[in-house]
Amino acid sequence: MSTFINQLAYGLADGSILALAALGFVLIYKATGVINFAQGEFLLVGAYMFYTAFVVMDLPLVVAVLFGVVVATLIGVLVERLILRPMVGENPISIIMVTIGLSSLLKALVQAFYGTSPRSQPNLLPRGSVDILGASVPINRLAAIVIAAIVLTAFTVFFRKSRHGIAMRAVADDQQAAMTMGISVRRIFALAWALAAVSALIAGVLVGDISAVDNNIAAFGLLVFPVVILGGLDSVPGTIIGGLTIGLLKQFTAGYLDPGLATVIPYIVLVLILLVRPYGIFGETRIERV
Amino acid sequence: MAATATGIHHRSYTSELRLRATRAEYVRLGLMTVLLLVLPFVLDNFWLSQANLILIAVIGAVGLNILVGYTGQISLGQGGFLAVGAYSSAILSDRIGLPTPLAILVAVLLTAAVGTFFGLPGLRLKGLYLAIATLASQMIIEFVIRRWDWLTLDQGYLNVERLSFFGFEIGGREVFEQQWYWVLLVLAGLAVLTARNLFRTGLGRSFMAVRDQDIAAEAIGVNIPRAKLTAFAVSSAFVGLAGALTAHYSEVVSWEKFTLDVSILYLAMIIVGGLGSIAGAVYGAIFMTLLPELIRQLSLGVDDTLPFLADQLPAVRNAVFGLVIILFLILEPRGLDRIWQRIKDYFRFWPFRY
Repeated sequence: MSTFINQLAYGLADGSILALAALGFVLIYKATGVINFAQGEFLLVGAYMFYTAFVVMDLPLVVAVLFGVVVATLIGVLVERLILRPMVGENPISIIMVTIGLSSLLKALVQAFYGTSPRSQPNLLPRGSVDILGASVPINRLAAIVIAAIVLTAFTVFFRKSRHGIAMRAVADDQQAAMTMGISVRRIFALAWALAAVSALIAGVLVGDISAVDNNIAAFGLLVFPVVILGGLDSVPGTIIGGLTIGLLKQFTAGYLDPGLATVIPYIVLVLILLVRPYGIFGETRIERV
Repeated sequence: MAATATGIHHRSYTSELRLRATRAEYVRLGLMTVLLLVLPFVLDNFWLSQANLILIAVIGAVGLNILVGYTGQISLGQGGFLAVGAYSSAILSDRIGLPTPLAILVAVLLTAAVGTFFGLPGLRLKGLYLAIATLASQMIIEFVIRRWDWLTLDQGYLNVERLSFFGFEIGGREVFEQQWYWVLLVLAGLAVLTARNLFRTGLGRSFMAVRDQDIAAEAIGVNIPRAKLTAFAVSSAFVGLAGALTAHYSEVVSWEKFTLDVSILYLAMIIVGGLGSIAGAVYGAIFMTLLPELIRQLSLGVDDTLPFLADQLPAVRNAVFGLVIILFLILEPRGLDRIWQRIKDYFRFWPFRY
């Protein structure tokens, strides 16, 4: 039982970070129709930006967070402006490829500036563990779950209530109609990329704090796909369900079956979902059939 | 659109069906043939090995372009399919004892079968969904070759015997690259010729119809599921051949050669070369294979002035790789092939602008 509680906590923590990473992905897809293969590298860049501000420049925590958010926003907007905007109207293959190129570029830049060895930073989340039903669960995992939950709720409320959120949904729904209503589609595209970069920053900092700040953070990028396919490519609540499911599935497979199998199980699930229900649990059933 | 060859009037169907119509095209073909025949006698072993790697990449890139460029089905599973070809050919020839040419042939058929299987989601999915499905196939195949110990007899890698067929065996160090060059040149030439002719047949044209407008294609009687699956099969067969040749040429097979990065490298080849162009796949294979080496030479050249470049070689290489993909897609989405077309047009119409 205690192992089970432990696995549950680890799985949920991984899952909520995955949900955060997937949130950015879904935001971009929903608003701009772009599949972003560089999402994992956004986490990586975010984590290193925060590390630079917090450890290298020795800024106070709050300032470091703000610095990270500003840089992440800037990167998001720049990527949209310089790389994705010229690609409007190209076929999906080209757009997928350009984000793959971007991911290679971002990873290389991080590697050039920071090398490949892991960096440690002072703990942000409280260490130690609490006793839950006989299992000792590390507090930082619980904190990660709580932070992710807060951020995801904040984003959901933002979409439902705020002016910009509603404008984003309008653009996602029908660009032409949104334009007629006086919404700046360009600004919304920039906003989507900026928000995606910020949510990736938070996810990156959480991963960096739980393990270490190194190149492996980018590995989260590919796991985003099983999450969003499970939840539905264009559904924000779907990312939460999808993220938690994949996180738990990975953890339980690693804990009870085989750690090696855990790395591939999300993709096996991915293929099964694609065969059975390609639009996921909450996705719109708008896939063209042949 | 590239300019059509003006001033050419066909007087018979056979003349219209020819691959090359003008004298300039025959001259270019002749020059290229001479170049390819002279190459092994002027290059040293190192550059000859690069040429061999290019020839293998040409086969793989042509195969991928059949699927991505001509049928419009993006595939991130290239690395996995290469692995199927490499492992099956190595195991069939060395462990089961089939003659190598037969082993390669069976490996090609096997890869075609595996490729077709992973192409099944393509019947229901398009574009990005298919990209994700093939990404999954890459991950699953990679997992299998890493974890299935039977493949490598618990060593983690496979040694492959020196290539021999019909009583002929590739020689030692001095002639190794040169002899391989001839073998690979013949196979790569055949692959290019096959692919080039494929798109003059009904089957190849049905691939393009699926790419351009699948619903219209169905309306005119193209069997879409069959066209899509055949495209996966044909493309994977080429890729399987490339994989098998990788195994026999490098004489060692291990999973590191077949990761997602390899899939992306091949996609980069056909993007840089030109989607939907056989010549483009060849240019792309040459460009992307030589790129790392060129970067290395360049960074050695500027070692004194910019020493950090040499220190950061792997990072620089990846950054250039990413930049090349991005810049090509933004500036010339139709790749090197289109650039070459424009150069040719310039000279054809000179002194007029069009």
